[in-house]
Amino acid sequence: MDLGSINPILLVASIMVSATPILLAAIGEMVVEKSGVLNLGVEGMMITGAVVGFAVAVNTGSPVLGFAAAALASAVLSLSFGVLTQVFLSNQVATGLGLTLVGLGLSALIGKPYEGMKSPTLPKLDIPLLGDLPVLGRMLFSHDIMVYLSLALVAAVWAFLKFTRAGLILRAVGESHDAAHALGYKVVRIRLMAIFFGGACAGLGGAYLSLVRVPQWTEGMTAGAGWIALAIVVFASWRAGRVLIGAYLFGGVTVLQLNLQAAGARVPVELLSTSPYLITILVLVLISARGIHGAPACLGRPFHASS
Amino acid sequence: MIRLEKRPQPSQLWTVLTPVLAVLLTMLVGGIMFAFLGTDPLEAIRTIFWDPLFNPQFAGFTRPQLLVKAGPLILIAIGLSIGFRAGIWNIGAEGQYIMGAICGAGAGLAFYPADSVLIFPLMILCGALGGFAWAMIPALLKVRFGTNEILVSLMLVYVAENLLASVASNLLRNPEGMGFPGSRNFKQWPAAHNAELISGTGMHWGVAFAFIAVILAYVLMSRHIQGFNIRLTGEAPRAARFAGVNPARIVILCLGISGALAGMAGLFEVTGPAGQISIDFNSGYGFTAIIVAFLGRLHPVGILLAGLLMALTYIGGELAQLMLGVPGAAIQLFQGMLLFFLLATDVFTNFRLSLGRKEPA
Amino acid sequence: MADPLLRLRGLTKAYPGVIANDDVSFDIGTGEIHALLGENGAGKSTLVKMIYGLVAPDRGEMRMNGAPFAPPRPSAARSAGVAMVFQHFSLFDALDVAENVALGMEDPPKPRDLARQIREVSENYGLPLDPSRLVGTLSAGERQRVEIIRCLLQDPRLLIMDEPTSVLTPQEVEILFETLRKLKSEGTSILYISHKLEEIRSLCDTATILRLGKKVDTCTPAEKSARELAEMMVGASFATPEARAHDPGAVILSVSNLSLPAPGAFGTPLRDITFELRAGEVLGLGGVAGNGQDELLAALSGERLAPAGTIRLDGQDISRANPVARRDAGLLSAPEERLGHAAAPNMSLIENGVLTAARREGLVSNGLISWPKARAFAEKVIAQFDVRTPGPGTAARALSGGNLQKFVIGREILQRPRVLVVNQPTWGVDAAAAAAIRQALLDLAAEGAAILCISQDLDELMQISDRFGALNEGRLSTIHPVAGLSIEKIGLMMGGAHDMEVAHVAE
Repeated sequence: MDLGSINPILLVASIMVSATPILLAAIGEMVVEKSGVLNLGVEGMMITGAVVGFAVAVNTGSPVLGFAAAALASAVLSLSFGVLTQVFLSNQVATGLGLTLVGLGLSALIGKPYEGMKSPTLPKLDIPLLGDLPVLGRMLFSHDIMVYLSLALVAAVWAFLKFTRAGLILRAVGESHDAAHALGYKVVRIRLMAIFFGGACAGLGGAYLSLVRVPQWTEGMTAGAGWIALAIVVFASWRAGRVLIGAYLFGGVTVLQLNLQAAGARVPVELLSTSPYLITILVLVLISARGIHGAPACLGRPFHASS
Repeated sequence: MIRLEKRPQPSQLWTVLTPVLAVLLTMLVGGIMFAFLGTDPLEAIRTIFWDPLFNPQFAGFTRPQLLVKAGPLILIAIGLSIGFRAGIWNIGAEGQYIMGAICGAGAGLAFYPADSVLIFPLMILCGALGGFAWAMIPALLKVRFGTNEILVSLMLVYVAENLLASVASNLLRNPEGMGFPGSRNFKQWPAAHNAELISGTGMHWGVAFAFIAVILAYVLMSRHIQGFNIRLTGEAPRAARFAGVNPARIVILCLGISGALAGMAGLFEVTGPAGQISIDFNSGYGFTAIIVAFLGRLHPVGILLAGLLMALTYIGGELAQLMLGVPGAAIQLFQGMLLFFLLATDVFTNFRLSLGRKEPA
Repeated sequence: MADPLLRLRGLTKAYPGVIANDDVSFDIGTGEIHALLGENGAGKSTLVKMIYGLVAPDRGEMRMNGAPFAPPRPSAARSAGVAMVFQHFSLFDALDVAENVALGMEDPPKPRDLARQIREVSENYGLPLDPSRLVGTLSAGERQRVEIIRCLLQDPRLLIMDEPTSVLTPQEVEILFETLRKLKSEGTSILYISHKLEEIRSLCDTATILRLGKKVDTCTPAEKSARELAEMMVGASFATPEARAHDPGAVILSVSNLSLPAPGAFGTPLRDITFELRAGEVLGLGGVAGNGQDELLAALSGERLAPAGTIRLDGQDISRANPVARRDAGLLSAPEERLGHAAAPNMSLIENGVLTAARREGLVSNGLISWPKARAFAEKVIAQFDVRTPGPGTAARALSGGNLQKFVIGREILQRPRVLVVNQPTWGVDAAAAAAIRQALLDLAAEGAAILCISQDLDELMQISDRFGALNEGRLSTIHPVAGLSIEKIGLMMGGAHDMEVAHVAE
């Protein structure tokens, strides 16, 4: 094994790239869960975003349009979940699973003609001064715009939940929909908006996979990233800052195992490729053993105004 | 303005009617989807739902396939439905299915080329144990640490897939296979072959076990006190604890049963229709079985019917792919839509629509 | 006379199968404390929801100071000067006091200003409260203060209070009344919903009595006797439990030094609880909600196991036995929460019978349930306890609260318990059913069973108990015979050894 072939500068840089899709999906899902809704369909929304973003980018030549279309498509798809669970009061776990299955089927159908194609990708930003810094410049300041947008989104979500009245109302709905309803807040409407936002974020995350990280379309390419995003929300105890930490830790594990594989480490390849999943399980166990704190009290519970 | 009004108790009529309505809606929307794909919708629906059973040209070949596909779906879905009734969400049946296949096949291959009637039963047992053990990981983690079983069981699917890739090309690789990944072919080893029991029907041991599972599950859920405890846990967890039900035991029981059944299904598949352990012998039955369980209203008899219907969409889908050039993914979407429509129409079981003035909510 | 603050004329609201309000008319004057009196299901809460904009009336009109008043949503009602203190469901445990207050305001000030205003109002009205505390950690009385302060910050013209004293100790009730009288003197009107007659007679200027959705009368409560008010409310006289004399028997259940940590973030730990329960006696345990009632029942029923040696039944240590084993030994219980705890809402009464009676009634053999026997048992409960239901196959959630409570209590009593532990046996139950349930408990005691009745209804405890104790923050007071207990003494027992007010201000 040749550990020397692993370049620490490139390692950190690629961690940021590899963490971004999960970070986007996880911060969106966190907002959804804060409103008291458990949407297990993140995987399905991500992969829909991946295929729609890719198809639009290939056809228009514009990755930016690809991202926009991906966000919109996944958000619209997530609304089907929203309508089912909030209006038709279906079981959230079952509907989330259904959303994932629909998303996987839909993406395979749309993506068939695009397999093996190349798409335009996002340019790396050329940040003056910062980008020229030795070491740090290449590590932190020479990425594409989405990496920075995802970080800005985390900060925005944090500030929204902590400082704004709308954020307070969103949290209140997630804590007790009955109390929020009694005070006259529109529980269903607020939750639908949160679900829509979560869908858009998952779509952006998916598009980042197919347009930047890989970048091409293959069937089932999210490979559990959506589920890992769900796990990161639990890991983060529903806090934006910790979602960031979780996503970057997870990105680190993924990149490290890929680097180890490339460096020919004396560890079976299969063990290395399962390590992200095994570590996710391990983290979930550690978090739950410590006691899960901060879960919104109404998470996953159906709400009907009459009851 | 249309409002939803909670029924005093669930409507029995709608419990039966919703799956039928969901199938009809799926056909309708699926037809529109086929029209967009440039296929005649009526022809597509006929090819999927009618031809596999009654077309004189293919039915002879496709009809037995019905049981071949339905067997594992029913077997897995029965196990899942028991857990879903208790509010225990094992969605990693695909992983338990793979591990059952690996363990059962591995146990058999250890005796190759012995010829004993005990080998196949031993393989079934080990298959069940493999699936059981794999399901015990989320079960014990949930009981001991309160870890979410949904995420753990799903993560373990990816782990199982990687393990499958590993054993197919290393541990269980056919030494006479000229270095290609994949185990020995069980069809060429009678002691371990899960052959058709009645020729031309598709009926193999896995299908027989599926039918037995349906009957046992029916007795368990409707007559046995443990089945009552499982339902009670799902309906009202606090009431279950008050009644004296040990929640940890229910978790172990439900995940254990579903894991063992999924493991058996995997073993029957590799020793029969698939024939060998290969990197991609699993075809997503573990996920489709989730749809089967819901479509069958988590009721054993319903699951039997839903399994047959879902098997039909598989076979019909392949036929439509062959005859009409419909993409294979369209069928996957079709199945997903079925679940979605079922969940949507399910609202009528517990609520009724009423026309009335809008309430300021 | 000038226009009253709020004039209600012919308000009618129907729900499927029930007319909640039928042609209700009355006036609420400025600076008046107006009682709305009625049993559960009389239509009080629907009426209030219409005033607060949560429900629109089918017919009838409201006028405020002479102008039409029809709030389409609560925020409209709030901006018109209507504020409401809810009985349930309007606080958020995981948010702090200031956030909870802000959520109930139309246009809350900046967080720092809000905290200052909360402190000011709480001092002005004698309601001490720290704006930065998490609401989940507050006592029931303090939680109510959050609601009241939330309302007062908006300078309401009409304050609606829904059963405000059900969660308070007698001393806390006095403090609340002082606050309300002060508000009244400042010109605020109060609509005061209650079914406690003495309270209304001492506090309210006017009372409107509702029965089955219709107005019975509007009167001056001080001029009526409690009995007259009760008859208007109930409409008919009902049997009061028979007094009885008995000799206490041998000790059946003994609990010694039982301590258990709190079950969750917002639960109450049990601290060193010790008492004995004798054959044929009823021991009543009072206390404000959230002082360990649920936790004590869970420890006795076996839902939570207790440290070895703390709970003995007939001298046998059952502390580590599960609920099934305790039932086998004759210790039965009925928790407070009917739907979801004592009964599974979506399951039939037959199945809910199996829930606790599976073994004692022989409904199961070799693990298989005999559904015919289970049906017969459910039918027996329904017949003997006058449970109004279409049949035993009906889902539990389809029954009214009172009927389901009769079923739950009946289910346990028919199993001939040696010890029966009940929590809030008549909560939310109409007067006739409550009387029937109390009588059934007394009959059971007369047959030699020992009964532990946990309740927040002091009248109920005084009526049926032989001895009385109170729970406070998970501790049990000393137990006294009911005969000769004064209300002041009871209040002190409920408040614990220390004075609550002082303790809270010091925090």
